[in-house]
This record gives sequence, structure tokens and C-alpha cells, in this order.
Amino acid sequence: MNAVFDYAAWFASLCFVLAMLCALVRLFIGPAAQDRVLALDTLYINGMLTLLMLGIRSSSTVYFDMALLIALFGFASTIALAKFLLRGEVIEP
Amino acid sequence: MNHVDLPLWVTIPGTLLLVFGGLLVLIGSAGLVKLDHFYARMHPPTMGTTLGTGCVLITSMLVSSALEQRPVIHEILITVFVVMSAPVSAMLLMRAAVYREHRKRPEPTQPLDDIGGTIPPRD
Repeated sequence: MNAVFDYAAWFASLCFVLAMLCALVRLFIGPAAQDRVLALDTLYINGMLTLLMLGIRSSSTVYFDMALLIALFGFASTIALAKFLLRGEVIEP
Repeated sequence: MNHVDLPLWVTIPGTLLLVFGGLLVLIGSAGLVKLDHFYARMHPPTMGTTLGTGCVLITSMLVSSALEQRPVIHEILITVFVVMSAPVSAMLLMRAAVYREHRKRPEPTQPLDDIGGTIPPRD
């Protein structure tokens, strides 16, 4: 049964990498700036999931902290970019 | 890879959840490429953000609990954070998109009435 679980873990990692490629395509061809920000947000989430899969496959707990940090920074950067698109500056006086 | 034997109550739900979550994330990101308008493209990645992350984190919790022989639930931090932050960023991005598309539109030549329609010229 362990072999089936390993195959599922490989399959999920492959899916996440393909999803990251899709997000990269949208990041490059996105016609407007908000498309690129949305693609960057998706890329962050997919990278976080790939790190979690590394943590599951290597049975280590170090990857959890990195995944939490990536989620945190991805949220902050998306908010900052959306605020910049909306108002023209990030932190208003 | 895993050098310890995982018990059966981990591997069966773990396998199902990993396959389901991977497919969800892949479909969501493919929709990001395929759909042809920004407001339609908002929706598919949220599928991977919520359900895909939930599936992978439940599997991670199961595997760590089986490895350490005690319940490990600190992965729930990521779930709570992602579920709380996804609507906020989606709403801000949507407001930015509406504002930018509204600003890009040319100014109406006729004056507008109270509900945004145009006033017909008087004879």
C-alpha cells in the first residue's frame, strides 16, 4: 500500500508543477496588470503546495515552516500589488 | 522515499485526497489559462486555493500523526490562514480591476441621469 501512496504523491507533485506552468503562462501573456497579479497569487499557492508535498514525501517537518512563510508573503504581496493598482501607492499617508 | 511503513488508515485516505487535490489544483490553473475574461478568470484558482490546499493539508496531518505516534494538527494554521486570506485578496483584486476598466472607458459625451443612463436631448 505504501507504493500506491508514493505514486499518488508523485502524481500530486506533477499536477502542482503543471499548475505552476499554467500560472506562468498567464503571467507572461496576461493582457492587463491585474491578470499578472492573479497569476502570481496562483503561483504562490502552487509553490506552497509543492513544498508541502516535499514535506510529505520526505517525512520531515521543516517544510511546514517554509510553506507557512510562503503563504504569508504571498498574501502580503498580493494585497500590496492590488492596493497599488487600485490607488497608485501602497501605504497612504 | 518513506522508509517507514505507513498504516492503512493513512495510506487509503491519503492516496484519495492527494489525487483529488492534485486534479483540483491542475483544473483550476488550467482554467486560469483557458478562460477569456478577467472576471471569469477570477474564479477557477480559488478551487485549488481552498479545496486543493485542504486536501493536501489533511494528508500532511495524517502522515505526521502516523509518523510521530501522536496527533499533529499544526498544519491547520496554514488552512486557517489561506482560507481567511483568499477572499480578501480576491476582493481587492476585483476592486482594482473594476476601477481600472472603468477608468479606461471613454467619458460619456451626453450627461448622465441619476441611475447612470443618458438623458435624451430636449426638442
